[in-house]
Amino acid sequence: MMDILTLFAPEGLTGPGLWLPLVWAALLAVAVAMYVVADGFDLGVGILFTAARSETWRDRMMLSVAPIWDGNETWLILGGGGLLAVFYLAYAILLPALYIPLLVMLIALVFRGVAFEFRFKADASKRVWDYAFHYGSLLATFSQGVVLGAFVQGFEVDGTQFGGGTFDWLSLFSLTTGLGLVAGYGLLGATWCVMKTTGDLELWARRKAEHFLIATIVMMAVVSLWVPFLGLDIERRWFSYPNVVVLAPVPILTGLTAFAIWRSLRGSGQRAPFFLSITLFLFGFLGLAVSLFPFLIPPSMTIWQAASAPESQAFALIGYAVVMPLTFVYTAYAYWVFRGKVAEDVQSSGYH
Amino acid sequence: MELDVLMLSRIQFAFTISFHIIFPAFTIGLASFLVALEFNWLRTGNELYRSLFRFWVKIFAVSFGLGVVSGIVMSFQFGTNWSRYAEFVGNILGPIIQYEVITAFFLEAGFLGIMLFGWDRVGNRLHFFATCMVAFGTLVSAFWILSANSWMQTPAGFRVENGIALPVDWLQIIFNPSFPYRYAHMVMGCYLTTAFAVAGMSAWMILRAREMPAEKVVGARRSLSMALWFAAICAPIQIVLGDLHGLGVLAEQPTKLAAMEGNWERQANMPLRLFAIPDEAAETNHYEIGIPNLGSWVLTHAYDGVVPGLKDVPRDERPPVLPVFFAFRVMVGIGFLMLGLGAWSLILRWKGTLFTNRAFLTATMLMTPSGFGAVLAGWFTAEIGRQPWVVYGQLRTADALSPVSGGAVAFSLVSFILAYAVVFGFGSYYLTKLLRKGPEPIEEALRGGDFEDRLDRKPKRPLSYPDESLEGRPGHRSHPAE
Ligand code: HDD
Ligand code: HEM
Ligand code: HEM
Repeated sequence: MMDILTLFAPEGLTGPGLWLPLVWAALLAVAVAMYVVADGFDLGVGILFTAARSETWRDRMMLSVAPIWDGNETWLILGGGGLLAVFYLAYAILLPALYIPLLVMLIALVFRGVAFEFRFKADASKRVWDYAFHYGSLLATFSQGVVLGAFVQGFEVDGTQFGGGTFDWLSLFSLTTGLGLVAGYGLLGATWCVMKTTGDLELWARRKAEHFLIATIVMMAVVSLWVPFLGLDIERRWFSYPNVVVLAPVPILTGLTAFAIWRSLRGSGQRAPFFLSITLFLFGFLGLAVSLFPFLIPPSMTIWQAASAPESQAFALIGYAVVMPLTFVYTAYAYWVFRGKVAEDVQSSGYH
Repeated sequence: MELDVLMLSRIQFAFTISFHIIFPAFTIGLASFLVALEFNWLRTGNELYRSLFRFWVKIFAVSFGLGVVSGIVMSFQFGTNWSRYAEFVGNILGPIIQYEVITAFFLEAGFLGIMLFGWDRVGNRLHFFATCMVAFGTLVSAFWILSANSWMQTPAGFRVENGIALPVDWLQIIFNPSFPYRYAHMVMGCYLTTAFAVAGMSAWMILRAREMPAEKVVGARRSLSMALWFAAICAPIQIVLGDLHGLGVLAEQPTKLAAMEGNWERQANMPLRLFAIPDEAAETNHYEIGIPNLGSWVLTHAYDGVVPGLKDVPRDERPPVLPVFFAFRVMVGIGFLMLGLGAWSLILRWKGTLFTNRAFLTATMLMTPSGFGAVLAGWFTAEIGRQPWVVYGQLRTADALSPVSGGAVAFSLVSFILAYAVVFGFGSYYLTKLLRKGPEPIEEALRGGDFEDRLDRKPKRPLSYPDESLEGRPGHRSHPAE
């Protein structure tokens, strides 16, 4: 593996300038993965939301994520803020390039975020926030998927700034990845509901999860087959020897995981569907990382070119190393406090 | 004024950050107020405090939610609209903002869930701990973001290489010259904002007392009293802090100070201008009313101290004078109104008519939004006053823009205005609804007996509900009817 890394690194780079960007790339990848999984399931709950058959179902679904959604979304801020801190050029180039999809995502997140509080304070206007929560989640997910597709396609760079147009991100491919992410978050949301609810609602969530599982697998296949035709040279990485041997297990394991999810949904697995779905996501994420590394802005800028000064990366790393372990502990504790199923007889008046 | 990408981006930033700051200004103070309420409840066992906690925490939850979603927007604006700024400051402000995320935002978010939903899941002490952590998180968050902003006002501890600012000394960067004043002044501003908002809302509840059951007013009275103690103590401190802050501006950003004072010529014996209409084209003031020499005295603490003037620098290095001049006066004016109301409350307390003097209660009610006004005015002074620089003396705002199209920015600006109008409208509506309902009556009192008498009695099992035993099983959220 080490030769591959140095193969990509700029010639003659040694010391902190070589490894700090690698460490940070790995840490940021973990942060993004945390975000995708964590906010993925609560956005997924929103995607399912208006399909739920009754108001009490919706109350229960919302209560299952209400105490933790803010923490989940903090990973997004960490991803954004982290990018500015350690790969400042990527931040400066990607954000203007993705102006419109990010705008849509942010406004969608505003509406779904306030829905958590507003919905339980509303009487007559409750429906408004049902829809705000649903469409906000849906649009935020879709735009994140579009961002992902646009990212894979790459951007035009002019010196150290974005050199393309307002709608460069828009393509059939990015719209497809948008739909793909909706399917994927839907799966996470539905399996979350299986884990957190009981009775009819749980059974309903199982059926929904099956639908979303099929959709997710189809979309993963479509996108994987499409990527080689984008002309990005990514296929070389997958199909050349010896990579093909090392990487072959990824799609196979993905398929096996999907099968296992199906089995546990049909059976009576409570937590297995959710955790297996997370595994499925991580395989997809791994595939993406293999395809793109070491580019931060495909096809022109590597993690070393976009990296902040070693002083900045080192300073940021110290904080990260000291604080993040603690953060993981209390975040895990917050989840643990709200473990178990949501009661069936919740009343909106008992929100807090 | 031309509506180009630059102007549109400035308006958008000003609009979205002004919207955002409304909520932190309130939640930073309210979080600490909730700590005080819960602490008092745990200490005395007086149910009144618990009932007040549960009332104000609802208001807190709505405001906090609005603060979170509008804050997430802000953290992307640096890149979407100001990418050259992001390039210039990224190596310095990036790590600072990252520290804010890992030390403050995770802390707030992690414990917020327990604070809002965890009453029946964790013990009282742990719940109190969660409340403390949320409050602490808001103060830490303010620490970092104000450090970042202060660095833009008074940059220090850096070098510029190939047009990029690079860190040299992190301690100098974080504790840059204007930061200590800004942090103290802003946190105090947030506390005052909350104090006057809580006092004003409580006064409103008391004034409506005729329509309300008596026990609700007890809660409003206690809130009013606590908030006014706070206001009376903090208002004078804030004025002193503001004065110190002004001395810092004089030293570090003389042109901004000249704009705040509407001072065109460098002069000794500057008057304290109470009113004027600055005219940038003619480089003079109209309708000026001032107190001779007092301005010099306030700023230099000497009657003939020399104060810098706007004409010291070429026109293209001057900020817009009119908004800075007026914003500053609005803030200072509100500061003195707060001082006055605080003093009045002390007098009434001494006379024992704090809760019955209708003129006072009406005035307090009218002061509800005063803190928000002062905070916004203060920020407008600080931010417009540093123009045309975004990083003072280093990077001009005009050179900080993203390569995005005017159409895209116009579209996003309109979208934000519409979205925020809807969200703000509903938010205010729900807050009003909560206030109308008032703090929940205390259960024991409802079940009869002399109300005032029972208030200060320690309950045997704090926080116990009639139906608790039925729903308290592990793995089941119980929702006692409220
Ligand atoms: C003096 C305080 C202060 C100031 C000047 C700002 N903020 Fe803020 N912000 C807070 C104080 C705060 C807070 C108290 O920590 C908030 C408010 C309510 C809340 O939920 O947390 C918050 C929330 C908040 C969040 C959501 C955090 C979460 O999920 O918990 C983000 C991403 C930002 N802010 C970002 C910004 C940016 C980029 C700013 C400047 C341009 C900014 N804030 C100015
Ligand atoms: C929270 C209270 C704040 C308020 C109310 C506020 C207000 C404003 C206003 C009115 C402007 C427009 C000035 C003009 O263009 O004439 C502005 C610009 C700006 N502010 Fe702030 N600001 C606040 C905090 C911050 C913080 C904490 C930061 C950074 C850490 C910041 C960074 C900026 C930037 C980058 C611009 C855009 C460039 C510019 O116009 O100078 N602001 N702000
Ligand atoms: C009455 C006496 C007051 C004085 C003399 C005063 C002084 C100042 C000065 C000189 C600044 C400008 C800092 C700069 O340009 O960088 C400022 C900013 C500010 N003021 Fe005040 N102020 C007073 C009252 C208040 C009150 C009552 C509040 C809020 C409740 C407040 C909130 C703010 C805020 C939020 C800022 C912007 C952030 C900052 O630069 O600190 N001020 N104040």
